[in-house]
Amino acid sequence: MAAQTYGLIATFDNTPALYHAAQQVRDAGYKNWDCITPFPVHGLDRAMGLRRSIVPRISLVGGITGFCTGMLLIWWANGFEYKLIVGGKPYFSPMFAFPISYELTILFTAFATIIGMFVLNGLPMHYHPVLKYDQIRRGMDDTFFIVVEARDPRFNLANTKALLEKAGGREIVELEA
Amino acid sequence: MAHVEQTAPPAILREVKPAILPRAELVEHGRSFTWITEKICGIVEGQTPTWWWWCFAVACFVASFTFAGITYLVATGVGVWGHRNPVNWGWPIVNFVFWIGIGHAGTLISAILCLLRQKWRTSINRSAEAMTIFAVVCAGIFPVFHVGRVWYAWFLFPIPNSNAIWQNFRSPLEWDVFAVSTYGTVSVLFWYVGMIPDLAVLRDRFQEKGRRVRSFCYGLFAMGWRGSNRHWSNYEMAYLILAGIATPLVLSVHTVVSFDFAVALIPGWHTTIFPPYFVAGAIFSGFGMVLTLMLPLRSIYRLEDLITQYHIDCMCKITLATGTMVGYAYAMEFFIAWYGANPFEGFTFINRAFGPYAWAYWIMISCNVITPQFFWFKSVRRNTTMVWVLSLFVNVGMWFERFVIICTSLTRDFLPSSWGYLSPTVVDIFTFFGTFGLFSVLFLLFIRFLPLMAIAELKVVTPQADVHGPHGTPEHATGFGDPVEVEQGGPSPKH
Repeated sequence: MAAQTYGLIATFDNTPALYHAAQQVRDAGYKNWDCITPFPVHGLDRAMGLRRSIVPRISLVGGITGFCTGMLLIWWANGFEYKLIVGGKPYFSPMFAFPISYELTILFTAFATIIGMFVLNGLPMHYHPVLKYDQIRRGMDDTFFIVVEARDPRFNLANTKALLEKAGGREIVELEA
Repeated sequence: MAHVEQTAPPAILREVKPAILPRAELVEHGRSFTWITEKICGIVEGQTPTWWWWCFAVACFVASFTFAGITYLVATGVGVWGHRNPVNWGWPIVNFVFWIGIGHAGTLISAILCLLRQKWRTSINRSAEAMTIFAVVCAGIFPVFHVGRVWYAWFLFPIPNSNAIWQNFRSPLEWDVFAVSTYGTVSVLFWYVGMIPDLAVLRDRFQEKGRRVRSFCYGLFAMGWRGSNRHWSNYEMAYLILAGIATPLVLSVHTVVSFDFAVALIPGWHTTIFPPYFVAGAIFSGFGMVLTLMLPLRSIYRLEDLITQYHIDCMCKITLATGTMVGYAYAMEFFIAWYGANPFEGFTFINRAFGPYAWAYWIMISCNVITPQFFWFKSVRRNTTMVWVLSLFVNVGMWFERFVIICTSLTRDFLPSSWGYLSPTVVDIFTFFGTFGLFSVLFLLFIRFLPLMAIAELKVVTPQADVHGPHGTPEHATGFGDPVEVEQGGPSPKH
């Protein structure tokens, strides 16, 4: 029995070719597909019809958490749990708590951003059908690919292949799942 | 389907016909994507060069001075450092502020220039970030050992001690702990995230060569990156946010470091100019160090097409600008000391320039104020050797700046009965000297094992990366260069 199909992969030689092909695949109504590029190609998100990333929202939550952590930590430690007078200053004031809260805002935002990015991308994923393609190394170098997954409702081996060919794709290969 | 919004340039642009300003090429000689990959990966993949082994051996030897100094210190006590009343903040804090300052250019190049869309950052950001991290490592040694009983260094972290007393969060020294540890952490994260796509490149290349151990190691950290555009979309956003938060971070770190001084009442320290002045100085010294490191690398690895004359020009100009700012701060300190009519403040500054530490003061002035002024001249900026030598002076000058600030104020404070003079001991000198070795060891390991430049980012700035053909076409030169916005009339085929 033949292995299950993951999808079709087509090769493109340059960014304009990829860009226009992506527009065609998008317009054909595909949802589960992707472009493989060695670097972020500017404008490709719109050509693929991708929405703006939601990473900033996760970062915002991280930042607010960090700021509150700083303020609460300092209030709790110096103004509540063990009240300590130093230099006649108040037990708690947002003024002297600010520098630490500021740094913690940044620290928590950084972690939220990176963890959020990894979760949204589904990484780490060390084993992926695309990585088994023997030409994939070139996708990290100077070649561009479009992968249409078989789980897409519109996927049809012959029709999808025809679409990718029409869009200018070369070496259209079936990927094993 | 109208997914692509057609945004026409403002009508005014059609009327005024703005001049097309040629942009300097960021990758010269029209190098291809493959050339860039081969060039950067080649450094990691090739045989370890002989010079590397020599440098590594020397660096290890020098680094051993720090380890010896610290071992002796821990075994004996902080008395082996030259700290005596009234100077209880001597070399270690000078060295700490110096190394933290060195780190700042790395974050500045990566973060601030990224936000300002200065594309010339791409070829130097990776190594500048590495420099930042290694500088923070060197910096961290000093305050940690300066506390004396280093095994109690955890007292600095927000954990109550055995009497259930918490840290004093009103103290700028405690703020410093948070600022520097956040800075170190965020710098490492920023560096690592930027490296993920390049690690994937190395993973695939080593796999193809059949070198499974290295492929596995790079692959582990590449997290299974496969260049998916859906990933790039989130990745770029995350990178932009990291740049956005690293920018206030880098400015705040040296501001907080300056608070250690500015919050004290010692004449010469108690000034509001310290935060901006320290930040400018940090960027100045950081760029000095970037130039010191990048120019030799450029010629050893023949990276002239990637670190072009334009890059060197830009770095020299930033050094010039920040050096001039530092010079302004020196002048302003003097002015305020006179204008503020505080006799102690006035005395401190006269004493700085003409007192027992006048030699250090004038070294500082000549290295920090006079040296960068040479960068006004194009002929100097074009002379790589000269730029390198001047950058060395910048590094020296900035160390002396911290020395002057700390020592001249502490040795001559309010009461002549408590005056003194700080002389470093051999342990002081060895420990500091050794950190240059430690820094070099780490940097040499970096250039040997990790991609020296951001491969993916370098490809983005080449003309062929643009989906609408090379830059320099009129659409791009008007500043409305987003490829999607020039959909009509671009050199690409219509669809």
